[in-house]
Amino acid sequence: MSGHSTYKPSNGFTKWIDSRLPIVRLVHDAGVSYPTPKNLNYWWTFGGILTLCLGIQIITGIVLAMHYIPQTDLAFASVEHIMRDVNYGWLLRYVHANGASMFFIAVYVHMFRGLYYGSYKAPREILWILGVLIYVLMMASAFFGYVLPWGQMSFWGATVITNLFSAIPVVGQSISTWLWGGYAIGDPTLNRFFSLHYLFPFLIVGVVVLHIWALHVTGQNNPTGVEPKGDKDTVPFTPYATAKDALGMSLFLILFAYFVFFNPLGLGDVANSEIANPLKTPPHIVPEWYLLPFYAILRAVPDKLGGVLLMFSAIAVLFVLPWLDTSKVRSARFRPIYKQFFWLHLIVCIGLGWCGAQTPDLVITHVGSAESGINFTVTHLARILSFYYFFHFIILFPLLGLIEKPKPLPESISASVLGTAKS
Amino acid sequence: MKMTMIQKLAPFAAVAALTLGVAFSSAPAQAEGGENPGLKHVAWSFDGPFGTYDRSELRRGYKVYKEVCSTCHSMNLVHFRNLSEKGGPEFSEAEVKALAAGYQVQDGPNEQGEMFERPGKQSDPFPAPYPNEEAARAALGGAYPPDMSLLVKAREGGASYIYSILTGYTTPPAGAEAVPAGLHYNAAFPGNHIAMPQPLNEGQVDYDDGTPNTLDQEAKDVSAFLAWASEPKLEQRHRLGFQVMVFLIVLSGLLYTVVRKVWSDQH
Repeated sequence: MSGHSTYKPSNGFTKWIDSRLPIVRLVHDAGVSYPTPKNLNYWWTFGGILTLCLGIQIITGIVLAMHYIPQTDLAFASVEHIMRDVNYGWLLRYVHANGASMFFIAVYVHMFRGLYYGSYKAPREILWILGVLIYVLMMASAFFGYVLPWGQMSFWGATVITNLFSAIPVVGQSISTWLWGGYAIGDPTLNRFFSLHYLFPFLIVGVVVLHIWALHVTGQNNPTGVEPKGDKDTVPFTPYATAKDALGMSLFLILFAYFVFFNPLGLGDVANSEIANPLKTPPHIVPEWYLLPFYAILRAVPDKLGGVLLMFSAIAVLFVLPWLDTSKVRSARFRPIYKQFFWLHLIVCIGLGWCGAQTPDLVITHVGSAESGINFTVTHLARILSFYYFFHFIILFPLLGLIEKPKPLPESISASVLGTAKS
Repeated sequence: MKMTMIQKLAPFAAVAALTLGVAFSSAPAQAEGGENPGLKHVAWSFDGPFGTYDRSELRRGYKVYKEVCSTCHSMNLVHFRNLSEKGGPEFSEAEVKALAAGYQVQDGPNEQGEMFERPGKQSDPFPAPYPNEEAARAALGGAYPPDMSLLVKAREGGASYIYSILTGYTTPPAGAEAVPAGLHYNAAFPGNHIAMPQPLNEGQVDYDDGTPNTLDQEAKDVSAFLAWASEPKLEQRHRLGFQVMVFLIVLSGLLYTVVRKVWSDQH
């Protein structure tokens, strides 16, 4: 997609095509001759895995949409019709429902890999921003999709999320009404969510094309964070990276298949096997696991508007990471202090997810004497973890680059590969 | 330190371990207050990756459902034809026809524009005991028995939860809150006060296959039947899953050798 092309049309026909629509050239340059750093580890296969996830979601989703009815009286039954009467409908639905979780597992691995190896830094800022945009679109798609089966958690999850907008001063309530298409969640809401759930994956495809385009302009980062210095440091995408990506996908599909076939409800909530009932609030409303850290941040703030703002800030801060990080060195391999904080941040994010799944008043431990001490609850923990989440990005990112003394960087990728081979 | 190829694949082990760890630890944690103390875990024939339903158990369970549960609970998503499908109780078609014909269902309108009653057919859903929720509440003192089609999937603990409820009617322990009028004490029900009076008793359902009709047996059989009702494709899923797993593991092995071969000139 950029740089000089090595494609040579081999016969008259391909020459004829190439001088009119160089699509074969495009595929060759992007998927065959594209130089990739030779030291990429298997954390780098998750980009390909994500493309596979997107493809699986779109294909299963299109077929599911042929049988699904976006009408509040029929939606739940139509999903059960898919589960019981459509040929392999249970397979389509379980692949699609678990596929969403698998998609998020892969995207989180992909993002934390970027954070560890500094893949968001110059010249890959736009690449990173496009990635965050895909992540936001994924969360929106997943939210719309979760509403469609019209189970209890579908309905009440949608209620909680759309009500967030009512926290906006003055126009909040009007925005909620506008989103619902009425004064409560009902048929217009379900119908528009279905429409948007069908649209968003194609928006994601569009941004993925830009993401890959940007990737092919800057080239991939690599575990050393040192840019390739010529042909000695790179290998052609095909067969080297394609073989590794294929193995990565196959191994990932084993985990995927485990959930689809042997534990299809393991990542879901039992309440969604019950039809939506606007008159019966479930005892404990929780979003799907991949949104739990943000839910914990939302609930950590006593003020509703404050919680909403902080939750959206937790995502928004990702867009400006390239400019918050002042370190000249990309990879955490050569950043002894950042490396430790990276792991701490990962634990904090998992901890926030745990907090999001619990009832806020759950007492974790009792501090002080039996009579006068205080109960340390999930809310307290979520506040500490939320504070660290922002502290990590807003304070540590600029600060570490100034105070940290990085380890010496290798001359080049091939020098580092040979170096590690010797030691 | 040179990593072996297997060591290089550690990311996948790490991702799988983390995912499975979260999946297994979060399910009970998400239920309010953790694991239900009244839950009795039963070893079911359909547990595990090779689990299948026990035909005789499902047939006995259907009898318990038909004679006891169905007097109050609907099961709208299950049709008579499902009873003869593979992977379920697998009654013969003749048996199912006879079962369905034992019910009168409303159909119509006919050419005169009138609704009429006719014997049930295999294509009919299980007839519901009440025409609507309001009628059920009016007849049952305000309580609404949930539809049973998906009950096992809609309750933390699944079939074991149903079994625990059915066998969980005891006298309240000393010091327990007084049970409000119209409710009943149940060790497995969240909050312990359930509107449903004890539905099943020792010796209540006479089994055709001579199995002793203890309360424990009846409760187990009907719980297994409800598990099938909420997940009728489980056997097909397990069978296909095994084939997919074998395929993916062999494919991964082949791709592993492909990667080694392709990268052999780079090390």
